[in-house]
This record gives sequence, C-alpha cells and structure tokens, in this order.
Amino acid sequence: MDYIVEMLNIRKEFPGVLANDNVTVQLKQGEILALLGENGAGKSTLMSILFGLFHLDKGKIKVRGKEVQISNPNDANNLGIGMVHQHFKLVETFTVTENIIIGMEGGFVLDRKKAGAKIKALSVQYGLNIDPDEKIEDITVGMQQRVEILKMLYRDAEVLIFDEPTAVLTPQEIRELMQIMRNLIKEGKSIILITHKLKEIKEIADRCTVIRRGKVIGSVEVAETSQQQMANMMVGREVSFSVDKGEKEAGDVVLEINGLNVLNNRKTLGLKDFSLNVRRGEIMGVAGVEGNGQTELVEAITGLRKSETGDINILGKNIAKYSIRKRNESGIAHIPEDRHKFGLVLEYSLSENFVLKSYYQQPYSKMGLLHQDVIDQHAVKLIDDFDVRAGQGEKSPASALSGGNQQKAILGREIDLDTDLLIAVQPTRGLDVGAIEYIHKRLIEQRDSGKAVLLVSLELDEILDLSDRIAVVNSGELIDLVVNDDSIDENDIGLMMAGVKKGEA
Amino acid sequence: MKKDYTGVIKSLGAVLLGLLAGAILMLAIGANPLKGFFYLFQGGFKSIERFGNIFAIATTLILTGLSVAFAFRTGLFNIGAAGQMLMGGLCATMIGLSFDSLPRIILLPFMFIVALLGGAIWGIIPGLLKARFNVHEVVATIMMNWIAYWIVYYVIGDYFTSGLLETESASIPAVAQLRLPWLTDLLNGSYLNLGIVVSIACVIIIKFILDRTTLGYELKAVGYNRHAAQYAGIKVNRSIILSMMIAGGLAGLAGLTYYTGYSINIQIGVLPTQGFDGIAVALLGATTPWGVFFSAAFFGLLHAGKGFMSANTIIPPQIADTIIAIIIYFTATSLFIEKMWVKMKTRRLEKKNIKSGGDE
Amino acid sequence: MKDMIDIIVNIFPYAIAFTIPLLITSLGGLYSERSGIVNIGLEGLMVVGFFAGAVTIKTLEVALPDLSIVIGLLVGIIAGVLFSMLHAFASINLNANQVISGTAINMLAGALTVFLARTITGSGNIGIRLGIVRWDVPLLSEIPVIGPLFFQKTYYTTWIVLAIWGFSWFLLYKTSFGLRLRACGEHPNAAASAGVNVIKMRYIGVMVSGGLAGLGGAVMIATYAGEFNGTVAGLGFLALAALIFGQWKPLGILGAAFFFGFARTIADASQVIPQFENFPPLILKIFPYVVTLIALVLFSKSSKAPKASGEPFDLSGK
Repeated sequence: MDYIVEMLNIRKEFPGVLANDNVTVQLKQGEILALLGENGAGKSTLMSILFGLFHLDKGKIKVRGKEVQISNPNDANNLGIGMVHQHFKLVETFTVTENIIIGMEGGFVLDRKKAGAKIKALSVQYGLNIDPDEKIEDITVGMQQRVEILKMLYRDAEVLIFDEPTAVLTPQEIRELMQIMRNLIKEGKSIILITHKLKEIKEIADRCTVIRRGKVIGSVEVAETSQQQMANMMVGREVSFSVDKGEKEAGDVVLEINGLNVLNNRKTLGLKDFSLNVRRGEIMGVAGVEGNGQTELVEAITGLRKSETGDINILGKNIAKYSIRKRNESGIAHIPEDRHKFGLVLEYSLSENFVLKSYYQQPYSKMGLLHQDVIDQHAVKLIDDFDVRAGQGEKSPASALSGGNQQKAILGREIDLDTDLLIAVQPTRGLDVGAIEYIHKRLIEQRDSGKAVLLVSLELDEILDLSDRIAVVNSGELIDLVVNDDSIDENDIGLMMAGVKKGEA
Repeated sequence: MKKDYTGVIKSLGAVLLGLLAGAILMLAIGANPLKGFFYLFQGGFKSIERFGNIFAIATTLILTGLSVAFAFRTGLFNIGAAGQMLMGGLCATMIGLSFDSLPRIILLPFMFIVALLGGAIWGIIPGLLKARFNVHEVVATIMMNWIAYWIVYYVIGDYFTSGLLETESASIPAVAQLRLPWLTDLLNGSYLNLGIVVSIACVIIIKFILDRTTLGYELKAVGYNRHAAQYAGIKVNRSIILSMMIAGGLAGLAGLTYYTGYSINIQIGVLPTQGFDGIAVALLGATTPWGVFFSAAFFGLLHAGKGFMSANTIIPPQIADTIIAIIIYFTATSLFIEKMWVKMKTRRLEKKNIKSGGDE
Repeated sequence: MKDMIDIIVNIFPYAIAFTIPLLITSLGGLYSERSGIVNIGLEGLMVVGFFAGAVTIKTLEVALPDLSIVIGLLVGIIAGVLFSMLHAFASINLNANQVISGTAINMLAGALTVFLARTITGSGNIGIRLGIVRWDVPLLSEIPVIGPLFFQKTYYTTWIVLAIWGFSWFLLYKTSFGLRLRACGEHPNAAASAGVNVIKMRYIGVMVSGGLAGLGGAVMIATYAGEFNGTVAGLGFLALAALIFGQWKPLGILGAAFFFGFARTIADASQVIPQFENFPPLILKIFPYVVTLIALVLFSKSSKAPKASGEPFDLSGK
C-alpha cells in the first residue's frame, strides 16, 4: 500500500462545532481520491489542516511514510503539497507570471522572461494552455483556475488538493479540467478532489472517501459504486425531526416569477430563465448546494440585486422595477441569509431593530418624529410572543443576544409585518436544536394561516420537513419541481442537487 | 446602558495619556510639569474675562465638533469643516458688511441663514460626489477646503477690506456682530457672544435629531450597517448627501460665530484650525452631542489657559495643541480596543449559546 | 512662440522648486498605499522633515557650512521615518482607523514642531542663512534651449529626487520586492499564502513614505523656503491629490506633480506674465483643486487604487 499522504485520526474542534471527529484519510501515490460530503461536512476543514491553514487538535499526518508537522502553507509547499482554493488567491492586475512567482522570484531583479518560459513549458507539459503574459483580470475563470494549478506545479508540488474546483466552471471548462487532471496523474502527481458532485466523481476519481457531519462514513472504489450508493452515504439515513405538518389546501398564487435572469458577482448569469410560483398556504422549498443561484434569486425578488429580464409578480403586480421599500410595502417579508449583515443593525437596541422596516409609519412615528414609547411597547410584545431572551429586554443592543435569539427577533419582526409573502433563507443556520424546532413551528404556523412561504435552505432535512413543494436548483437553473409527498426519496433530491436529473443515475 | 460607559472611559483614558505625554514634553524642555499644568488649568479661571473666553473659544469648537460628529454617525469623515466654516463665515461677513443699515433684529437672522446655507452647500458638494461617483470624502473635502481658502482670499481681499489692512476684512459693524456690549462689559472684555447660544441650541437640536427623529434613525443605520439599511428600504445615497449637508451647515454656523462673534473680521490666507480641532473634539466626545460640548469646553479651557501658562513658564503655548493631538492619536488607537471588546463579547455569547442550548 | 518659450524658461525654476518636494512626498505616499496603508499624514510628515532639516542646518551652518545642508536632508529623512512609525503601529498592529491616525499625525506634527521651535527661537520661526547654491550642470547646460531650461541654475536636490523617482520606478516594477509590495496592497491574502510577510512589507511601505515625505520637507527648507514657519501650507495634501491624479503610478504622479507645480507657479506669478495678466487670479489659484475633483469623479468609478488599501489585514480570512 503506497500511501503518499496519510491523515490519521484527525480531530479538529471549533467553538461549538466538532468539524473533524477521528477522521482518517489516505491518498495513494498516483491516484485521484475524491472527498465527498455535503456543505459543512468537514472536508474543507480537513484539507485546510493538510495545507497548513489550520492546526489539528489531535492526530497525525504522514507524508511518504514519515510523520510531519505542517504549521503554515510554506511547510506544506516544502513537502510538495499544494492547494487550488475554491476562492482564488490571485492578484487581478498582475499577469499570470507575476502571480505565479510571488514569493519565489529567484532574485532581487525580476526575470519575467525566464519565469515566463518555465511557465510556458509547464503549461505545455500538462496541457494547460496558458499565456504567461496575460493579466488575470483579462482571462476567464477557467483559465484563472489553471493559473492556480500552475502555481502549485511551479513549486514542484507532488500532491494537489482541489477544493470544489468545478463550482465556478462552465460545462466545457469542466471537461477541460478533467483532462488536465488526467494529464497530471500521467506525469506522476496525486490528487485529492473535494466535491459534492457525484457525476464528476464517477468520471474522474479512482476512490472516494465519504464524510458526513465530521465523521468518515467509508471509502469505496468508484468504479464499483453507483451514484445512488454514494448519494446514500453522503446524505445518510437519519431520523429527521418530522414536524407535525397537517394537510393544507393551497390557495391563490402570491409570488409568480417568469423568465428571471440575474447576473452574479462575476457578471455571468447566476440565475437563468427562472420561473416559479408560490401560493397561499404553502411552503415552497428551494433546495440546492450553496452557490447555485439561490442568493441571486432572493436578492432579485427583494430588490437587493437588479434583475436583467423577467418579471416578478406579487399578487399580480409586477414589482421588478420597484425600490426596495416599495417591494417591502407590496407584501414581502424577508428573513435574510446573513443576519448580521442584512437582518439587524447590531449597534441598535431590540426596540430599534424591531421597527427597522416600519419606523417611518404610524404608529411608530408621525411627521418625522419617533414615538419611542409605542416602539418600546411593540418590542416588549414581540419579545414575549417570540420568546426572545435578552438581558435588558427591549433595550438590549442586538449584539448582546445569542444567535438563536437574534434569529427569533428577526423572525418576529418579519412575521409581525403580516405580509402575504414570507421569504426565509437559511433560517436555522448555526442554531441549536431548541431554536430550530421553534422556528420551524412558527414557519408552519404562517403557512397554516394562509401565508405564502418561500424557504431557501442548504439543509435537505429542513426542506423535506417543511416544504409542500420542492424546487431544486443547480447552476442557476430549475432542475425540477416536485410535490413533497411520500413518493419523494431524499436521495432523488440529493441527486438533483448534484445536478443529476431524475432517471439519469 | 453599559455601552455609554465604555465611550466615556475610552475618552478619559485618552485624555489622561495625552496629559501624561504633555508632562513628558514639559520635562524634556526643562520645565516643571506640575507647575505647567497648574498654570494651564488655572489660567481659565484666573479672571472673569478668561472664564468667559473658555466658552467663547468652545463656541466655535462645539459647532465644528458637531459637524464632524454628525457626519461620522453616518459613516463619513468630514475633514472639510474648515472650508465649510470659511464659506459660512464669508457669507455672513458679506451680508454683515453690505447690509449694515438693516435693523439688528433682521440682520442677524439673515446672516445666520446665509452662513447656514453657505456651509451646507460646501458640504453637499462632497456628499454628492461620494453618493453618485463614489469619490472618497476625505480627499474631496480637503480640496474643498483649499478652494474655499482662495475664494475667501480674493473675495474679501478685493471687495471687503477696509483699506487699512490688506490681510483682513473690514470690521463688522456693531449692528452685525454677535457680540453683546453688556455681556462683553460684564465679563471684562471677554469674547463671549451670542454664538454660545447658537452652539448650545445646536447641541440640543442635533441630539434631538439623532435620538428622536426618523431622519436620525436612518442616518445612524446607514452609518452602522449600510447593508441592513439598504435591506430596510432606506435610501443610502440620499442619507449620505443629507448628512454632509447638515454637517456643512453646522460648520458654516461655526464660521458665523467665529468671524462675527469671537472675532469681528475675517483674516485671509488662513485655514481656520478650528476646523481640524473639530475632529479632535468629535472623537474625544465619542461623537455624541453632549460629549462634543464637554470636549469643546475642555479644549476651551486648555486654550484659555495656555497664554497664562506660557507667560509664567518657559513652556510655549503650543503645548495645548500638542496635548490635543496626542489625545486624538490615543482615541484612534482605542477604537481598536473597543472593536476587540465587542468581538470578545459576541464570541463569548456565541460560545455560551452553543454550550448551554441557546437561551440567556 | 518665443514669448511662450520665454515664459516657460522664466517660471521653470520656480515651478521645479515647488514640484520637487511635491513629487517626492507623493512618491512616498505611493509606497504606503501600494503596500495597503492609507497615509493622509503626509502633510504632517513633511512638516516634521521641514522642521528637522531647518534645525539641523541652522545648528551646523556655522561650524560645517558645506555639509550642513546634506546632513540636514538626512536628518529630515530620519525624522520622517521615525514619526511615521506612530502611524504604522496604529494602522498595522492595532488595526486603528487609518484616516483618524493620519489626521492625528498631521495635528501632532504641526503642534509639536512649533512647540519645539518656540523653545528654540522664541518666535517659532527658524531661519537659515544660506540654502543650496544653484549650480549649472557641466556640458548639458550649454545645449541651446534645453540647456538653460533644464540644466542651468539647478538645485542638486532636484537631481537626487529625480534619481529616487527613477529608482522607485525600477524597484516597484522590476524587482521582487516591488512585486511583493504591490501584492500586499492588492490582495494581501494571496501574498500571505505565497509566503510574503505582509506586516513587514506594510511597515516598510509606511516608513518609506515617512522618509520621503520628510525629505520633501527638508528639500523645501534647503531650496526655496529659507525659514521654518510651522506649516507646509497644504503641500502634503496636494501630494496626496497628485497620487490619486497620477493613478498610483510613478509616471502618473510625475506628470501630476509637474502639473500642480506649474499651475501653482502660474497662479502665483500671473501678474507678471502678460498672457495671464487679465485672468482672474482666483480661477488660477483654485484650478489645481478643481481639476483634482474632476479627476476624482472620472477615476473613482474605475479606480486603480490598490484594492486592499485601507482595509485591515486579517490572516484568518479565506
């Protein structure tokens, strides 16, 4: 058994989270090993330890049979380990050559020509097709990723770690990347591929180690394992909290989206020709892995992001060109993904946060003057109704509350707005069991009282527990829309989230 | 609320460190720091005149301090208070010199309004540039300072000098002055004037705006977290422009009180240091209206006493400015301490949350 | 046409005298911002150099007449470097707000230098007897037209500054040091993951800005100022404007500094230049500032500012 890298019994804990629990992963020389798991399973943490960005609490690492200490990226580089990050570490205004040679310039005076020649040679050797003199800001995302690969090859890396490399690539670029990986193996390198995409694992990996909630589930030979089986291992068969969800007849359409196209931060289409509707008395769950268009969808509906084409209708009115305030007033409540960035002003008290969207209306203010006592009373009521625990009551600064209570506060504020549509994005992220249960209960309550609820979540369990219908997104497109009844298998959803349409596995 | 105290403690800490550094400086030049401080702080109380001057000096500083503090609350750095002050003072002086036949009861409010407008316009311009074109307000306001400087230089120099001295404007006639003869007499010649009423009124009004109006709510939200403000439907750009407009207006009023109250003419070729001292006042006062008032009074005390101190020791009066600058340096670095404190608090709470199951 | 040339030849030396301190200070600002630290304390750092230079020259001018000025320039540089460390420490180690720290530097420099000057001379003004003697470059000064323009009656500091400028251009774009420095200002995480010590680089950036701005102030006293009077009249801020106007590139700031230098000189001397006699002097005086504002409007949207400039560096990020 020729293992080039071994991570043995690794334990890594963060405040409140056991990210890696006695994890053992072994990479054979010359193989492509896939690390499979859902968001938050612990794969990125593990690889960050290997690359020296984090320190392990317990366990050991062996490279070529010898035990080693890796305390920073330089150590990793010296051992021949390189990492191609999910978020590229490239200076946009520099050329390819300049980005690659930082830290390894080989002398006081830069010799761009010499470095460029070496880079060109490497590029040809591995089929990377890169022009060393181009600036990063001028090349495509696929090419930028190859620069990251070249960075590692320039430093004579033997082991390359790829962190979710296809998340940002077009299908064509993915095919090219697969070929490049084969070239790398041919030249004697070994690869660890962190991913949640089953199709790609089937196409390129030799073995696959599955991680779920910080533990290793098992390692399999890819050739002998179907996508179905791998999905099983990834998603697992756990007892989920089934909330008591009664039957509810859905009513009129509240939210209707037609042909929505939205650009993402990279100025390409993050949401493509998207259509969806949500009706009164139903919870529409949007399932998908992070970064597949959910952010663009929600921001386009709420007005935080411009949409290119398509219409967004609330109760028949097209709000696509309305200001954010007007959209709010048209009947949208929004529990945002990032409660600290969008949901609360941390320096404001609970009282002030509770009127964040209504401070300018009566009875909270009149003619520009705030009615503090009305605002405070309102806050007291909400604190009581939504079980928000805060040391100084309504006068507590929002920053003083725990995450769960902050989220309950936001939930309370949005529900209190009594709108027709409630959008909840990752509503239970980072919360404990008790808070999760509470928030789920209130969301069902809203649906039962006739609201339309759009639930966006990265937790498949949550989607399955709460949704009446489920829309699955991948790469900005609606893969499928299904009714959440007993015929739905979580593995079907899991496959869809990974981009595989029903019947393709 | 607990948070208020941290602000006061930070400021007091910075003051103490500044005074300590001042003491070291005094030692370095061979003077006795105890004696130095004795004269410095006593100086303001030595006579009725000096006591009045504490507040006369503070008047202008309160207004520039409010200007900087107000902009800061919206997340903006108003380094342009000096230029806004000049423009406000220029407008007031021009009116005062040109319309001196009007009765005082009409003339003074007239001057007040033009000073307010002059400063406000001078503030809106960088505000607009920031909101529409994302031009950083620090450099924009510094440019505006120098443009104001030269406008005053030529407008006063060519049209409003008295012929006697080329470097300053004609003196404002008594009818246009903010000085009150009875007050000046009462305080044995102190420069205290109506300006103090204006500045205290502004403290009260600004506090009211910040604490009790929807405008204040919006401006503070933008300053604390512009993303959440956007989410709430607040128009961030409009807030930036409004905030700079008000900040400019306040500094414009500082010009009114200084050039037609404390002083009775405008000197050309000078960028008023009160504009920059306003930054110090705002930071030391933890950018709150009453904090600004007390810091301005403290600075007034230092300035009123420095003459007395330098007459009785070998210490040059610039020690006051030096101490003030050192205090500012320490307030800048103490912001870090506050950030760490808040981070520590939230991290501790998050840990508690996970461990104990989420409830306080 | 000859009139134009005459004008240029006449005002050239004055424009240069004004431009050179501006250029070297702006260059200093470039180093700081390129490493990722905003330094609006250039004004204060110039004052420190101005003061230190004046004091040194005055102290030594009797005993060591020939060397006093050179030593004065060196002391100006050192004073700038030391003073800038206050800003470096606050901005880099304590993650203080860089604008406030820079403002504190300006205020402190202004107050402290006058304070010390007053203890030395009572009035606070420090005058020196003799500045740099102007000098004709041998051979080059005899070339027609160009000779009198560029090479006659020059200050040797002009050549030193231009040499520093040229070396800086080389350093920033042709050496590994420059590559790393610029990386720290654009994407410090990328630099850190490549093994660059971002903190060290930023310290260097700020200290160089202190040294060069200090030199700028010292050059002022040695060339045209003649006397320290407590302020550099906004030159440091103008250098900041030149930095932005020049889009953070050495060639750009050379152009911007000359532009400001000429604009200012024309404005000052407008009375004696026939063509400009009738121009309202106010317009000429505010011209550089208005143009800077316009440039800011045009450039801020697609700003070429170092991307990470002004943001605290956090290693625990992605």
